[in-house]
Amino acid sequence: MPIATPEERARYQALVRRLTPGRPVVRNTARAFVVGGLICELGQVIQVLFVRYGGFKPTEAGNPTVAVLILLAAIFTAIGVYDRFAQWAGAGSAVPVTGFSNTMTSAAMEHRSEGFVAGIGGNMFKVSGPVIVYGVVSAFFIALIRYVLEHL
Amino acid sequence: MARLGRSTWALGERQVAVIATSTVAGTLEAQGPLSDSFDLSLNDDRVGQDSWERAEQTMFRRAAEIACEKAAIRPNDVDLVVGGDLNAQLTSFYLGLRPLARPMLGVYSACASLCEGLAVASLAVATGFADVVLVGTSSHTSTAERQFRYPTEYGVQRPPTAQRTVTGAGAAVLARGRGPWQVTHATIGEIADFGVKSPWEMGAAMAPAAFDTLRQHLADTGRSLDDYDLVVTGDLGRVGLRILRNLLVEHGMASPAAAEERVNDCGAMIYDEHQPEVFSGGSGAACSTLVTFGHLFREMERGRLHRLLVCATGALLSQVSAQQGDTIPSISHAIAFERGD
Amino acid sequence: MSAWTFLWAFVVGGAICAIGQVIMDTTKLTPGHVMSILVVAGAIADGLGVYDPLIKFAGAGATVPITSFGNALVHGALHEAKVHGLIGVITGIFEVTSAGISAAIVFAFLAAVFAKPKG
Repeated sequence: MPIATPEERARYQALVRRLTPGRPVVRNTARAFVVGGLICELGQVIQVLFVRYGGFKPTEAGNPTVAVLILLAAIFTAIGVYDRFAQWAGAGSAVPVTGFSNTMTSAAMEHRSEGFVAGIGGNMFKVSGPVIVYGVVSAFFIALIRYVLEHL
Repeated sequence: MARLGRSTWALGERQVAVIATSTVAGTLEAQGPLSDSFDLSLNDDRVGQDSWERAEQTMFRRAAEIACEKAAIRPNDVDLVVGGDLNAQLTSFYLGLRPLARPMLGVYSACASLCEGLAVASLAVATGFADVVLVGTSSHTSTAERQFRYPTEYGVQRPPTAQRTVTGAGAAVLARGRGPWQVTHATIGEIADFGVKSPWEMGAAMAPAAFDTLRQHLADTGRSLDDYDLVVTGDLGRVGLRILRNLLVEHGMASPAAAEERVNDCGAMIYDEHQPEVFSGGSGAACSTLVTFGHLFREMERGRLHRLLVCATGALLSQVSAQQGDTIPSISHAIAFERGD
Repeated sequence: MSAWTFLWAFVVGGAICAIGQVIMDTTKLTPGHVMSILVVAGAIADGLGVYDPLIKFAGAGATVPITSFGNALVHGALHEAKVHGLIGVITGIFEVTSAGISAAIVFAFLAAVFAKPKG
């Protein structure tokens, strides 16, 4: 009995599904929309400030804006509130670049106990690795394809 | 002493006694519904240490010391130390209890380690191979989070079926003869695997193991659910408990009323639903330990419970096995306690 | 950039996050999977030439979500390829995203030095 046959598994999965509380998708999506929108709104304000007072061209202002948001997320992670905020906001905190900063900062902080080299250095990209790897790999192929198509 | 059926060790009515217990609880546990049942309640989960792992080791060591104090023995009087935790290579048990300098047997069955430890400890006492055995477990929300899931400050949204690993440690001193509580039976569980893959659904992964071991225990001993004042599982959580109760009713092992009244879960008992981020309830190797050695043993002392069955449940996955797409097998070991003198 | 950009920054940014949330809640994909999907989506969008118009339209609503990281990687590669030929596809990838990655590494390091995780 303990190692279930496929039929027993299917029956059990059906029971589990029936008794498992569903995720509040609508509520979570609404929260993600609002928080994500607000973070982007903050980015928009910062971007405008960089253009008006920082001497950046509108097309260039995206970079320092992202750097400021990354700094803010790192600070909130360091003081221990980003994870609480993320439980409420879900993708609203994970999808903006602040989420990327949180993955790096939280991993670096956590593994400090294993030292500077193996701990901080060796683990900083633990959670953010996939984003960088797949971003670069896909960018390589896409740029390659476009270059080839343009030069055929 | 006798072997009953396939998997149960009958230790005898007055052979193996628990003469003292100890519980060291973390901050969230100390603020929960069982707050007044712990020997030591911490206000800092880091216990002043420089890593989470060292904090857990410190808790385990304190639990061992307090248990020996309450048993009025010195660590040198202990013949054997049995225990486990969730850390890789059982570092909390081995490094934490290293100062005791006694013979040690580390055991691992994830969150079922308490009952596995009690089974081994009782075996040693009942056979006369040890006169005094110290047994315990520890767990820590941050060491578990770090090892099995994500860095503790990482912002990931958990679903309602998630559970919170209990921070704490507990221990008991076992000896031959009579005591306030008697260990009467141990039932060794078999692996159950019903194809659950999600680490967010541990309750669903472990419920079949609890069901199977409970059924085996009752079949081996010839007892029924009504012979126990209370049956508790280790850490199925609220969702897993619901699933177990359903399985018991479905298979005719309990009426719906009996399943509600006589079957509970340590993970559902240790936190109040409204405490922050506890979701479906507690989990971890110390979950069953803190509830059993604290609240439930106190209930037995006060005469409100005479016979208790603890079925600790463990999910036997590793980070690698989950990433490699394996299902989550689980196991449950049962220990029967009776009120002593 | 008009005043309307402020509105669209909120709406577009929120919408991209909402899509991420729906994927996380209705599939078994982890946040890591979802972020990877969004980065690749941003890269594909730039390959098709539709991400830049989105940035002009929604401003930070398109530059702040992680999708813009994919867009920036492709931008860098294509820009270098234009100047240096095919090899530019490799040499240019991190050109535009240097700010984000450098900032993330430096600030994560500093946070690890000065702050302890609270658990």
